[in-house]
Amino acid sequence: MASGEREPFQNTVVEWIDSRMPIFTMLQKEYGVFPAPKNFNYFWNFGAIAMFMLATMIATGIVLAMHYTANTHMAFDSVERIMRDVNGGWLIRYIHMNGASFFFIAVYIHIFRGMYYGSYKKPRELLWILGALIFLLMMATAFMGYVLPWGQMSLWGATVITGFFTAIPYVGESIQTLLLGGFSVENPTLTRFFALHYLLPFVIFAVVFLHIWALHVTGSNNPLGIDTKGPQDTLPFHPYYTVKDTFGLLVFLMIYCVFIFFMPDILGHPDNYTKANPLVTPAHIVPEWYFLPFYAILRAITFNMNLYFIVGLVFLFVLIVEFIWRKKPVYLSASAGWAMLVIGGFLILTGFTGDSCQRIDPKWLDENGGFKGLCGALQSLPGMSAAAAPISAKLGGVLAMFGSVAMLFVLPWLDTHPVRSARYRPLYKLFFLLLVVMFLVLGYVGSQPADASLLGIPLIYLGLAGTGYYFGYFLVLLPLLSRFEKTKPLPESIHQAVLSKQIKVEAKI
Amino acid sequence: MALLAGAFGAVGAAIAAFPLINSLNPAKDTLAMASVEVDISDIPAGAAKTVMWRGKPVFIRHRTPEQIESAEDVNLQNLIDKQTDEERVKKPEWLVVVGVCTHLGCVPQGQKESDNHGEFGGWFCSCHGSQYDTSGRIRKGPAPKNLAVPPYQFLSDTKIKIG
Ligand code: HEM
Ligand code: FES
Repeated sequence: MASGEREPFQNTVVEWIDSRMPIFTMLQKEYGVFPAPKNFNYFWNFGAIAMFMLATMIATGIVLAMHYTANTHMAFDSVERIMRDVNGGWLIRYIHMNGASFFFIAVYIHIFRGMYYGSYKKPRELLWILGALIFLLMMATAFMGYVLPWGQMSLWGATVITGFFTAIPYVGESIQTLLLGGFSVENPTLTRFFALHYLLPFVIFAVVFLHIWALHVTGSNNPLGIDTKGPQDTLPFHPYYTVKDTFGLLVFLMIYCVFIFFMPDILGHPDNYTKANPLVTPAHIVPEWYFLPFYAILRAITFNMNLYFIVGLVFLFVLIVEFIWRKKPVYLSASAGWAMLVIGGFLILTGFTGDSCQRIDPKWLDENGGFKGLCGALQSLPGMSAAAAPISAKLGGVLAMFGSVAMLFVLPWLDTHPVRSARYRPLYKLFFLLLVVMFLVLGYVGSQPADASLLGIPLIYLGLAGTGYYFGYFLVLLPLLSRFEKTKPLPESIHQAVLSKQIKVEAKI
Repeated sequence: MALLAGAFGAVGAAIAAFPLINSLNPAKDTLAMASVEVDISDIPAGAAKTVMWRGKPVFIRHRTPEQIESAEDVNLQNLIDKQTDEERVKKPEWLVVVGVCTHLGCVPQGQKESDNHGEFGGWFCSCHGSQYDTSGRIRKGPAPKNLAVPPYQFLSDTKIKIG
């Protein structure tokens, strides 16, 4: 960006700076005349909106930090002081608090856009991965921010979340102690979370910079998912998209303001206005809404994975790789594949039933002799006891949760279909929209108590079904579609598609 | 040569990082709170007391004869984490356990008479529904282990030291 040809500027001050450090030339190139596809829809607003939210969070956060005290004896009161005594403190805090939610709303829509229009595909894989990294960092930042006001949800949310790490065999407890700086969530935890909560947004800022750098190398995708072929397909970023982005941002900000001014606490949890009490856990712990689907995935795994189950899973995975990911199986013949499918399915069923038997009420078993016999036989198999299971229910849940985020990072290699946009992939569109529905269902499941049920169906089954679909979508459906899906004909160019739409509209008039 | 320099650099960076990371482990004053003495003379049979030890609640329950009986009269086969009641107490009337659910660390209910004690008469964790019996053993729900028994000793009949 430095040494290229440079057009002199009219303004002498600008020219003086630019001839020494061509920052205005760069801005002009990247944000002024930068060629953007001319068919963006409003989904393309959310990158700029997310950027605005990041800036808002940093600005309000720094001011809050000037009034906030990171000490377990004072934190809760210092936040109450911000709310009551600091001039306009309530406003700044509500902007920050709801800002986290609206930042996530913008980023979720941004990710949805990327998946619907295939923006993660070649050549934008790295751009996509940087985005997934930003999402991960945001989750860490928001989690640590929620601990700062030191209410009941702060304390117990932090306890449950850092409790995930105790699922790791052997070293789990020490890792948790290292994270907390003690044996429970206490003052050392609060002070380090504050330090990290201050730091991470700036790390996010740096990754956003890389994200945009990568974007400006590959150029933007667009709703048609086809490459731009020349100047007739693009518009200069300014003023066309600066104006469109500003318009979208203003609409977004209006909704954001409705929350800030009329229902500032609706997205939060009343328990967090009770000071943290290490002796009493609130009856119903839930994370912030933006974590709910992942929380549901965590809780969906209620069974231990014993050796039978794991070997069965490995068989299934080998089958997926051989027969679905590869165009042609390398190691297995079709009959060997069928055999593995049957054996693998049988092992999974055996392992799962054997493990479930341990949780069935013994009284019920006494009344149902047939099951008692089956359970007794399964239980007597070696390695069937809960203690012998290499992956306990707790570890299984944690692996599934982190795995679900990891799917985003490998997505570009799971969906290798050459056509990007869902507009031309009817099956992909169907399954993807189903994924979105499942994600929302998981969010609902995550918001309910663990033992709740809907229409008589225990919600854990719904959670398990949602989790199954989530992983099935990424690991099985996408690779299958990549190989077999027939697409609708693509338009020749963006320009032509836009023109033919215009002709249709004119014909109607 | 570049490999050697790189390796040296990496080792140096790791050595430099160690004190930074180690400083995040519990500090000496945190560790110093490692033991507490508790007067148990004021806990009538059937009642319980909660004290803090290492930032965690410890449940001290004065068990009634019925509670002791129901804790001892259990088929080990039906337990998730197989332990006899005997292995978990020093004197049958007194049960001392860390009041932290072994699932993800909530504090189970059941210390007060009016609390939900779960199906097994001990404690109930409302976070994800784990149920503990009158010996603090996990009987149902996602928790993998029994409530931990902290190291403790009877200093006299009315006083115990935890830690
Ligand atoms: C990625 C950007 C950020 C996110 C997602 C975020 C998120 C959060 C959340 C969810 C809370 C809890 C709000 C509540 O319930 O009270 C919070 C509190 C807080 N944040 Fe941030 N934050 C961000 C950036 C920052 C920055 C850059 C700073 C400081 C430089 C900061 C300083 C604070 C302080 C002092 C509090 C405690 C006061 C309070 O609870 O209102 N935040 N943050
Ligand atoms: S923390 Fe007690 S059941 Fe999950």
